[in-house]
Amino acid sequence: MNIGIRRVGAAIMVLFIGLVAQLTYLQVVHSSKLADDPHNTRQFLKVIRQPRGPIVTADGTVLAQSVPTDDEFRYQRVYTPATASLFSQVVGYQSIQFGSVGVEASESSELAGLDPRLAVHGIRQIIAGQPVTGTVVLTMSNKAQAAAAAALNGRRGSVVVLDVHTGGIVAMYSNPTFDPKPLASHNVKEAQLALALLTASTDQPLLARAWREIYPPGSTFKTVTAATALDYGVDLTKKFPNLKELALPLTTNTLENFGGEHCGGSLEDGYVLSCNTIYGQVGLDLGDRLATGIEQFGVNTKAPPSDLNPSVVRSIGPDQGTFRVDAPLFAQAAIGQGPVAVTPLEMALVAESVATGGVMLRPYVVDRIEDPTGRVVLQTAPKVWRRAMTPATAATLTQYMIQVVQRGTGTAAQIPGVQVAGKTGTAETGTNAPPHAWFIAFAPAENPQYAVAVLVENGGTSGADAEATGGRVAAPVAAQVLRALLGT
Amino acid sequence: MALAPIARQRRSAELSLGLLVVIIAVGGYILVALANGPALPPGLSALLAWVFGLYLVAHLAIRRFTPNADATLLPLAALLNGIGFVTIARLDQAATRPTHLARVQSLWVAIGIGVFVLTLAFVRDVRVFERYRYTVAAIGLGALLLPLAPSIGRTINGGRLWVAIGSLTFEPSEIAKVLLVAFFAAYLVDKRELLTQGRVRVGRHYLPSPRDLGPLLLAWGIALMVLGYEQDVGTSLLFFGVFAAMLYIATRRGWYLVGTFVLLAIGSVFAYHAFGHVQVRVETWLNPWKTRQGTGYQIIQAQYAFGSGGIGGTGLGLGSPNLVPNAATDFVMAAIGEELGLVGTIGIIAAFMLLVGSAFRIAADATRPFAKLFAAGIATILGFQTFLIVGGVTRVIPLTGITLPFVSYGGSSLVANFALLAILLRISDDTARVAAPAQ
Repeated sequence: MNIGIRRVGAAIMVLFIGLVAQLTYLQVVHSSKLADDPHNTRQFLKVIRQPRGPIVTADGTVLAQSVPTDDEFRYQRVYTPATASLFSQVVGYQSIQFGSVGVEASESSELAGLDPRLAVHGIRQIIAGQPVTGTVVLTMSNKAQAAAAAALNGRRGSVVVLDVHTGGIVAMYSNPTFDPKPLASHNVKEAQLALALLTASTDQPLLARAWREIYPPGSTFKTVTAATALDYGVDLTKKFPNLKELALPLTTNTLENFGGEHCGGSLEDGYVLSCNTIYGQVGLDLGDRLATGIEQFGVNTKAPPSDLNPSVVRSIGPDQGTFRVDAPLFAQAAIGQGPVAVTPLEMALVAESVATGGVMLRPYVVDRIEDPTGRVVLQTAPKVWRRAMTPATAATLTQYMIQVVQRGTGTAAQIPGVQVAGKTGTAETGTNAPPHAWFIAFAPAENPQYAVAVLVENGGTSGADAEATGGRVAAPVAAQVLRALLGT
Repeated sequence: MALAPIARQRRSAELSLGLLVVIIAVGGYILVALANGPALPPGLSALLAWVFGLYLVAHLAIRRFTPNADATLLPLAALLNGIGFVTIARLDQAATRPTHLARVQSLWVAIGIGVFVLTLAFVRDVRVFERYRYTVAAIGLGALLLPLAPSIGRTINGGRLWVAIGSLTFEPSEIAKVLLVAFFAAYLVDKRELLTQGRVRVGRHYLPSPRDLGPLLLAWGIALMVLGYEQDVGTSLLFFGVFAAMLYIATRRGWYLVGTFVLLAIGSVFAYHAFGHVQVRVETWLNPWKTRQGTGYQIIQAQYAFGSGGIGGTGLGLGSPNLVPNAATDFVMAAIGEELGLVGTIGIIAAFMLLVGSAFRIAADATRPFAKLFAAGIATILGFQTFLIVGGVTRVIPLTGITLPFVSYGGSSLVANFALLAILLRISDDTARVAAPAQ
């Protein structure tokens, strides 16, 4: 029987060698492919098990921090309840199931101390056995963000405030928002339920409207049209006729003034009193040059670069070379209707470009990374995104915008002791719903610090009527936020 | 008690290898705890005493009952068991909801050692299985059928192969495994000549008469039928393979192998078309990515675990072995592959090769035909079971739910394997005593 025993024994050994071969294939040859497979959550778990540094506002409020737990994930990300919903769209959350979003995702390796710059600064911590984490300090201030939320007062909409010296985002809030706590829960069921509810909600609280949704900007877009016209050297003395409606080429449709009023006059008058027939004509006069002009402002180009997660969506407008076939669209585009749709962030950048003398700066939310001892290891440098207009045009527009607040449609944005420059917008939505109320501004006008864009969707919806204009609804919001920031 | 020189040599080797095993197991346990922070696990000295104590009990039982037996079987089994225990303790630590598998497993190890000692003490001569072969076969078949009994049978993970008494669950097919291998050894030794020579002449060939083959095929058929009904593909295949190997060893007739493979092929095709669960297994094996979130999930997670482990592994306590469902039982190799890497998995395979190799050597050295065939059957069952589950987890073959001997969490499997170990030691001792009579 020994021959049989030996043969069976040898056969079993051959099977074992087959196993060794397969294990070698899986663990050596194919190893990195399996380890890096996007569906393999082990790499993510490795990150999630590391302690993370806090996320802090520019004015020192701790928004998020890691708290040790007894479970397998070792740390629970805790969002300070008082500010959790206020910052959730920007800060995001760290979820064991859905991954991370927001600053938690974009600064993941910095927070977890995996960034090589932190490691260099952190050798002493490593030796001392302390975890090296990074503290993320935002450009956003809790004061501004709270003021924005208070000013919106529960209405659907967005408020964006930019620091015109750096391009840093000082406030960026939109309603409705969400509480990140259940999403960051280590309880699988709780997190899944929370996400399902948020996803199913018709209000779309997970949508960061300020930079992820585009809206018709209405008359605030006249700023772009005026800048284009000024840059192309229009005749400033030209008087536009006093009209109720503007006849459009290629169609029987007309372009009407707000409330069916008659208006006319100069480019400045059209801006200050928000006269559609004037700007519609300017759009027709500019033709394809308007399509070039809006590209100067980053509309119909790539979305502005930023460190926001998820990234900023593109703002759109009429395409180059289409004036010949779609001339009426250019009249509508010139007053921020028709083919134009932009993010609230884009309109804040438009206000910023007037304030800075013509340049748009790269918007960002992470000001710096600090190591646990408070030493700065990475400071974000302000960058120019694009030049939107000449300094001379910016100076002219500043005067226009001051007039809007002093005597035009935006008087509700006046602040005692501070000169505010602004522009209202009341954008038709193309449905029966009330128009969107807009206001863009910067202040102080003579020495700008902040640029603001306010959007109140459908003029605040319920009860909103034709009177729910940008000047009435959105301008006071901007004033309230600017007052909080300027301390008046 | 004076021991023969060979016995003294073997037993001291066994004891010192055992110390090494205890160091490896307890060291691993400490590493698991250290991954969580700079603190030793609580109750470390108690665990050390428990592990070493159990090994010592087994060792002393061998000294007392089978002093001349092979020195490597117990250390190898203990090494596999120790690494398995560390892995299970590790999975306890990783579990989202607290589990105490390691504590239960440590009790089962104790029960396994108890059965081991009892087997050594009461089976003084393995021929007892030969003498009462039909009783053994009846008990074996009874054990197989037990899960089908209405009140005590339990279905877990789709297979009705469990028996529950109170809160205690048991897999009787593990016990049936020992008894049916014993029966087949006895039967084949008895009918060897007839099966080899054949009594019925067909042309130029003599074939064994159906009367001689009958009981064999009957027991085989019943075993496979029951297992088909209980949906335990793994145990079915295991029995099939072991019986084919034993038949071949006993008769050395190649056409028996051909015949079994034909039977296996017919059975596989039939099972594939008749049983949905077999189809699912095969399809999951061929393309698990198609059902990534469904039936393919487990095997894909296992592939990820092996890949993420790489050559050196993540280190004990530093991976995510609990992402693989059933990591403590059928998929224990994936947990080892992730945290101990290729070094760990090849270590486990090497330990099995040595263990199975020793068992085959014991079979080859044994003098009595029954002991020879019994030992060879045990060696085959250990080797083939290891191949089936490791091959299934690494996607060499379709997955069949079966435990990795000595390593996986699970009481019945441990107890049965310790009993097999005791029988191997008994056969080894017999051989050595005959070769070198005690002074």
